Amino acid sequence: MNFLFRYANPHEFMRLSGVVLPFTVIGTALCLGAGLYLGFSAPPDYQQGRTVLILFIHVPAATMAMGVYGAIAVCSLLSLVWRHPLSDIAARAAAPLGALFTVLGLVTGSLWGKPMWGTYWVWDARLTSFLLLLFLYVGYLALWNAIEDETRAARAAAILALVGAVNIPIIKFSVNWWNTLHQGETITSGKLAPVFLAPFLLMMAGYGFLFVSLWMVRIRTSILERRARSLMQQGAA
Amino acid sequence: MNFDMGLYGAYIWPAYGISAIVLIGVTLWSIAAWRRAKAKLSRLEKK
Repeated sequence: MNFLFRYANPHEFMRLSGVVLPFTVIGTALCLGAGLYLGFSAPPDYQQGRTVLILFIHVPAATMAMGVYGAIAVCSLLSLVWRHPLSDIAARAAAPLGALFTVLGLVTGSLWGKPMWGTYWVWDARLTSFLLLLFLYVGYLALWNAIEDETRAARAAAILALVGAVNIPIIKFSVNWWNTLHQGETITSGKLAPVFLAPFLLMMAGYGFLFVSLWMVRIRTSILERRARSLMQQGAA
Repeated sequence: MNFDMGLYGAYIWPAYGISAIVLIGVTLWSIAAWRRAKAKLSRLEKK
């Protein structure tokens, strides 16, 4: 915990993120570039043809959608228990990114579903619980905007984020718990051929680096905005 | 690299196109917000 508090003050965060950011940006470019190159060079899948290309953008988007929600839940816990201001900033900064990854997961999944399942959408457990994730993100962001007092908004949003976190394991294990049209675990069960595994892992890393880069930029922006606001308040006083 | 999608181009290209637009869009939006905040703060600090 001491480690966390040392680096989780705004001043230290600005210094540290300034050092780390160039590396995560380079990581994003390299991983996405190599992943796209290998992905488009891979042969068609024997069952799915070239729609396997959608795997390389659908699974990373969906994984990030859930991972970002997890990050928000952890930040919310830190905010509720230790009342750390940076954890509120971090949670709020991540939410629009998570919502966009969720939209991308839904849209790319739909566009994959039509040629493979014959339908864009079906109300099965995986798809429905994933749609619920989008609603949680929207509700979370709406709550932040609805309450004017920032401390109260942060508390309410943090509680919503923690309650909603129960949906994450439901999404993850929905393909095991219920009969779904969505396929089950492919990656962790080692069923993905190496020729697809390499571009897939690179795209996963690329999406991860992209999120971390954007998250840091957005937290840095919020810290500057807060400084500007407090300067304005001092000026007005 | 092979850009021949066979029968599935109508699904694969929109999936890639929408992902590219959203991810590039959110990146540009975040950079613009950062620049705006930085400019505002330096204006206030000069006063």
